[in-house]
Amino acid sequence: MRPLHIIACVKVVPKPEEIRVDSETWTIQRDGVRSEINPPDMNALEMALALKEQHGGRVTVVAMGPPTFVLYLRLALAMGADEAYLLSDRAFAGADTLATSYTLAQGIRKIGDYDLILCGEESSDGATAQVPPGIAEWLNTAQITYAEDLEVLPGSGMVKARRELTGGYEVIQAPLPCVASVKAGANEPRFMDMERKAWAEAEGPLTVWTATDIDVDPEMIGLPGSPTIVDGVAQAEASERKREFLAGTPEEQAQALVERLRAYL
Amino acid sequence: MTKSLYGAQEASAIWVYLEQNQGRLTGVSLELVGKARELTDGRSIPLVGVLLGDQVSGLAQEAIAAGADEVRVADHPLLRQYTTDGYTKAFTELILAGKPDILLLGATPNGRDLAGRLAVRLRTGLTADCTDLRLEEDTGLLVGEVTGFGGGILAYIKCPDNRPQMATVRPGVFAVPAPDGARQGKVVSVPVNLAKEDIKVQVLEHVDGQGVDITRAQVLVAAGRGCQGDLALINELASLLDGEVGVSRVPVDEGWASRDRMIGQTGYVTRPKLAIVCGISGAFQFSVGIEKAETIVAINTDAEAPIFEQADYCIVDDMFDVLPPLIEAVKRARGGNGGR
Ligand SMILES: Cc1cc2nc3c(=O)[nH]c(=O)nc-3n(C[C@H](O)[C@H](O)[C@H](O)COP(=O)(O)OP(=O)(O)OC[C@H]3O[C@@H](n4cnc5c(N)ncnc54)[C@H](O)[C@@H]3O)c2cc1C
Repeated sequence: MRPLHIIACVKVVPKPEEIRVDSETWTIQRDGVRSEINPPDMNALEMALALKEQHGGRVTVVAMGPPTFVLYLRLALAMGADEAYLLSDRAFAGADTLATSYTLAQGIRKIGDYDLILCGEESSDGATAQVPPGIAEWLNTAQITYAEDLEVLPGSGMVKARRELTGGYEVIQAPLPCVASVKAGANEPRFMDMERKAWAEAEGPLTVWTATDIDVDPEMIGLPGSPTIVDGVAQAEASERKREFLAGTPEEQAQALVERLRAYL
Repeated sequence: MTKSLYGAQEASAIWVYLEQNQGRLTGVSLELVGKARELTDGRSIPLVGVLLGDQVSGLAQEAIAAGADEVRVADHPLLRQYTTDGYTKAFTELILAGKPDILLLGATPNGRDLAGRLAVRLRTGLTADCTDLRLEEDTGLLVGEVTGFGGGILAYIKCPDNRPQMATVRPGVFAVPAPDGARQGKVVSVPVNLAKEDIKVQVLEHVDGQGVDITRAQVLVAAGRGCQGDLALINELASLLDGEVGVSRVPVDEGWASRDRMIGQTGYVTRPKLAIVCGISGAFQFSVGIEKAETIVAINTDAEAPIFEQADYCIVDDMFDVLPPLIEAVKRARGGNGGR
């Protein structure tokens, strides 16, 4: 078998604790909000790097988003990835999961020679978990979602993974090439390597591709390529809670609480 | 725009995927049938349940009792175990033959695995993890409500042109309808074309959950990082109240509790009558899983913790100081009731 080529897909998301909703316009305030690589995508990247250490080969990172995301791709290079690609074009903006998975799949096709494509199970912002199966469908490969643990079986061209299910689990085997989505917390992502950091910043192989570079049908990307539309937004009605603070010693608080909860006891 | 494999003019009916596992229907499937029944009421839209598996037609009646007009059953030995390849192929054929207008699936791990693959194969739109569904008055289009970024806003998503209009909904968002054993419905067996070569993956081992289902609990006692791994008092209070123990993500990551007890965005959406939340800060990814509770009690040392904005009764104190007298007070109150 030729050396393993793993592609890790990462998304850059605003840090959840920094998200503020503008109470007048009901839009997300993005100004000054710090971003990060989506946490489960870090688990996917870590899995890719660990597999490379074990089996040899190379790791390529791919992301879609504005030019500012190169910063995060350099971080991935500093962690150990060999190459990075950013798919960046205004025409990609406003994509739903169909258009996003199509765009990423076209980028991955252009990168080429892939064996294993690893994604995080879901993003902390969109949280749809639909992009990994979508990429697998566009590329016509097997898929393994919610992988907690994944092994490449040497020589056989197969991967074996443990998938988490509701309460239980499943162990499945799939032929390469294959798309897998990795459970959040499946591993401990490594820190970046300080020596690689200098290399990543100075000469890390980072390529930015626009829509014309990756051979996409302009009708199938971005907002125009997205069958779903946002038909309106509203402020989530905070359910009316009593917010009664109970005072006193723990014993007094406990007694006061029990009196209020009689109906449930 | 990317065109779907069939258009709106040809499409009719609401289909609900009846996900079964080892011959048992998942609760979320019945929740969806109940909700779809509500959507179709007063409109003449057929409600069809779709069952895939091996010798599963016995489950059809359960879906009919929950509100389905018809159940299509795709029985095949290669569908005994869920695989993305097998289920996507069989389901796609069913969909292209029946051309549903709307297709609803439960957002379980395998439901999401299937929905994501199907939507791309059919070149259609999918609204994931809806918190509510309705049909638009004039157009009859499906409108899915999703909680936007940050949990503070709701977004309404439609799929005007492509068909089917697909949506997934998490377990617990809708209630299971009361079964009506007298309801009549059609059960239709549909042909399945599947060969071994169609399925790329092989399931080597399958282990079901241990059966804790926190989405059905009437009382939940929940613990987070603040419990420091010590769940003894939480367990005691939960069993005293005939409830279940739930947790935030931290105890799961730390290995203090199993994942089937996790409340929230990645965990479960619960709808207990009473939730007692101890040592949990109230991040929105947690809160989305508890906000449907009738009454919420929060116990936290930090008076500024966001959980207090979401609670009915707030106790600013150490959970380890409050739980022992609370357990005693509950015992006394129960004793006064003659116990249960
Ligand atoms: C993609 C994504 C999905 C996620 N999904 C989920 C999800 O489904 N469910 C979920 O829960 N989280 C989820 N999270 C994580 C979430 O953002 C929070 O990090 C998590 O809920 C915090 O758990 P916690 O409240 O237990 O811990 P913390 O935020 O650390 O809060 C601990 C609280 O305990 C209090 N405390 C400490 N000691 C005591 C004491 N002795 N007595 C009383 N109070 C005490 C503290 O004051 C503090 O408020 C997700 C995150 C991401 C990025």
